[in-house]
Amino acid sequence: MNIMEGAFVINIAVCLKQVPDTSEVRLDPKTNTLKREGIPSIINPYDAHALEEALTLRDQVGGQVIVLSMGPPQAVQSLKKAISYGADRAILLTDRVFAGSDTLATSYILTGALQKLMQEEPIDLILCGKQAIDGDTAQVGPGIASRLGWPLLTYVSKVEKISPQAREIMVHRKLEEGREVLRASLPALLTVVKEINEIRYAPLPDLIRGATYAVEIWNNEDLHLDPTQLGLKGSPTWVSKTGTPPLREKGEMLGKDQASSAQIASLLAERLIPDIVVPNR
Amino acid sequence: MSQKNKKKQDIALAKESSPSKDKAMKDKKLERWASIPHEFEAIVVGGGPAGLSAAYTLAKGGVKTLLIERGDFPGSKNVMGGVLYSYPTAQVFPDFWKKAPLERPIIEQRAYLLAEDSAITAGFKDNRFFEEPYNNFTVFRGRFDKWMAGEAMEAGALLVSETVVTDLLYEGEGTGKKVVGVITNREEGTVRGHVVLLCEGANSILAQRAGLQEDLSPGDLACAVKEVIKLPKGAIEERFNVEKGQGVTIELLGEATLGMFGMGWIYTNKDTLSVGVGVMINELSRRGLNPNTVLEKMKNHPALRPLLVEGETVEYLAKIIPEGGYKQVPKLYSNGVLVCGDTAMLVNGVHREGSNLAMTSGKMAAETVIEAKAKGDFSAEALKRYKERLEDSFVLKDLKKYQNVSGLMQTNPHFFTVYPNMARQAAQELFTVNNVPKKEKQKKIIRDIRKKRSLTQIAGDLYRIWRTFG
Ligand SMILES: Cc1cc2nc3c(=O)[nH]c(=O)nc-3n(C[C@@H](O)[C@H](O)[C@H](O)COP(=O)(O)OP(=O)(O)OC[C@H]3O[C@@H](n4cnc5c(N)ncnc54)[C@H](O)[C@@H]3O)c2cc1C
Ligand SMILES: Cc1cc2nc3c(=O)[nH]c(=O)nc-3n(C[C@H](O)[C@H](O)[C@H](O)COP(=O)(O)OP(=O)(O)OC[C@H]3O[C@@H](n4cnc5c(N)ncnc54)[C@H](O)[C@@H]3O)c2cc1C
Repeated sequence: MNIMEGAFVINIAVCLKQVPDTSEVRLDPKTNTLKREGIPSIINPYDAHALEEALTLRDQVGGQVIVLSMGPPQAVQSLKKAISYGADRAILLTDRVFAGSDTLATSYILTGALQKLMQEEPIDLILCGKQAIDGDTAQVGPGIASRLGWPLLTYVSKVEKISPQAREIMVHRKLEEGREVLRASLPALLTVVKEINEIRYAPLPDLIRGATYAVEIWNNEDLHLDPTQLGLKGSPTWVSKTGTPPLREKGEMLGKDQASSAQIASLLAERLIPDIVVPNR
Repeated sequence: MSQKNKKKQDIALAKESSPSKDKAMKDKKLERWASIPHEFEAIVVGGGPAGLSAAYTLAKGGVKTLLIERGDFPGSKNVMGGVLYSYPTAQVFPDFWKKAPLERPIIEQRAYLLAEDSAITAGFKDNRFFEEPYNNFTVFRGRFDKWMAGEAMEAGALLVSETVVTDLLYEGEGTGKKVVGVITNREEGTVRGHVVLLCEGANSILAQRAGLQEDLSPGDLACAVKEVIKLPKGAIEERFNVEKGQGVTIELLGEATLGMFGMGWIYTNKDTLSVGVGVMINELSRRGLNPNTVLEKMKNHPALRPLLVEGETVEYLAKIIPEGGYKQVPKLYSNGVLVCGDTAMLVNGVHREGSNLAMTSGKMAAETVIEAKAKGDFSAEALKRYKERLEDSFVLKDLKKYQNVSGLMQTNPHFFTVYPNMARQAAQELFTVNNVPKKEKQKKIIRDIRKKRSLTQIAGDLYRIWRTFG
């Protein structure tokens, strides 16, 4: 926690992935791989909401928003865009040895960069998206939290309260069966869902700042990470095949015209017994 | 976040904030903006061909330039393709064909004069157009404009997208009144600039509001509808009789526009066709026709249908083309402001040229600004050089040459109805082998023609055409 002009402030790091705009991506029917050529790149939509939440918290509490991304050199575009929304600082982690990293290696690299950042200034909160729309594993955020040993709050739909003095945060988590309200100590890592906020239409000076901003570039000479844990070498995940699952067939509706529940039940039994769903003993 | 939730959160947070904190917040914002430029030497409104070549030329010339585009990125509002002319493009971006995203170099240009079930065709094919420096290319604006934007940014222009310029910023009164910047739809959205280049396209709202352009009438505007149609692999080479990678354009007259003043076209892209039709808006409303109907009918013409079979429409666009020509060219400059491209009515409808005039005008405006900067004078007097440049170039010379075409065609609708049919009858007569001696055929052709239009009428038409085009 740091104290600025007598007031508490929070520093927030946002992990942001540049992804192909999947609304425009087509699968190659022969190889079942994504056709990435000519597809525009965007900020992973969940990460845009993570950034927005970070900016809102900063604007209310004070502090800095620092955006980190690991990716190819073109990812500076997304980082400049993050600045144009109002982020204070943006860093690209790019190096040939990072290429081909899976979630394990990606979270290792991002953690390394966050640790380097924390030697410069304290970080109180890390925000990630719920998942990346291309990789879709939802593992990178949790990976960073466990490497840092920080509390992890996934699927956050609302920040109820953040208290820099008490070093505490209270959030709502979106679950399948409802909502969970949790309190955690700071520093903590959150992954967020889209419902958490609406993305701002930033003021013009921030856009001009985004256009002029020179993104900081860090490679492994800056990070000094263990080469055996990077890139393809450091990635135990092997993608042998990808594909689209077959669409779920529409269920059959029974008993629309039947009057009583007994009639419907017997109809159901008749249909299920031949399909050997219910053993006919 | 819902309003209610937001409020609750604010309350929770408010417990920890204080007036001194709010001030700190504001200081923080100002601190963030402290190092950004607050004033530019040139502000370009609109990232189309005009604005992009202006921004590129300005930045190359060392002018501190801000380019503001309404769409997600330059070209995003302008996704469809057309013909890009090599020579004027290379004057702005030398050797662009080595780097830019292009579809096909055009080696053959055809014109079809369509009557109801027939077509008279003419064309010119030259394989030398398949070599540097090429003649023209088909492009997708979305991709090509994005590329130009990249070049402009690399040269040092700053690009701000997703931002609409809503008005110009003025200072002074009377003859001393001058444009000193722009106002956008964003918070804190005013930026100052020594000169503003209006490159907003055909819908020239800002130029009109600034009193540079009059309200346009439907007779000055054409409506164009266009589809991108995907064809099976190899179909273009086969159907258009070209070798791999070579392109063809076809301009369509007569029945293509159901006899209205306008033109249709088919251009070959890499694996799609751009198929469209443009008609004057006043003619459409007079005939009570929807431009889509005109396009659908055209696509079904027997001379065109075989080119389009098994085609899948992947994109659709409707847009306005300013066709007012020379007489509708607005005031091109004033204190602190210049007007380029479609906003300046720089479109040559007869030769379906627009992007080249836009790019050339953008470049000339930029060159004028570079000179003005050297003199430190952005008054109308200094910017007058822009108009002189355009007058000395093909831009205004061509527009002047064709200034009466639109009027001629609109007051002589039979050019698009009677003559195509006459030509068809004549051709049909000549090409039908039925043992009638050729001499008699010619007599019959002339008899048929004279039934439709007297010789003096024809002579009058020819004279008018010669006066207008010659
Ligand atoms: C089935 C499968 C296929 C794959 N295919 C490829 C492939 O074709 N090519 C390839 O290169 N890799 C591939 N990968 C591996 C790898 O690129 C992952 O995409 C990467 O490790 C991130 O995981 P994710 O995309 O699932 O992110 P998630 O774990 O879903 O992302 C969660 C959050 O973590 C953060 N985050 C994730 N990645 C980054 C990043 N790079 N920088 C900053 N923040 C980040 C963001 O906040 C994001 O919202 C594949 C992995 C799998 C499991
Ligand atoms: C269907 C069709 C086919 C055509 N075919 C050809 C062809 O084959 N060859 C050819 O040479 N020409 C062709 N043209 C003409 C050509 O497209 C235009 O002449 C050319 O695009 C003009 O360029 P411009 O930069 O002046 O305007 P535009 O290309 O219209 O660009 C204007 C830009 O300004 C932006 N903008 C507008 N208002 C604002 C604002 N207030 N704030 C911020 N941004 C704003 C717009 O989003 C847009 O990106 C065709 C036109 C049409 C409609």
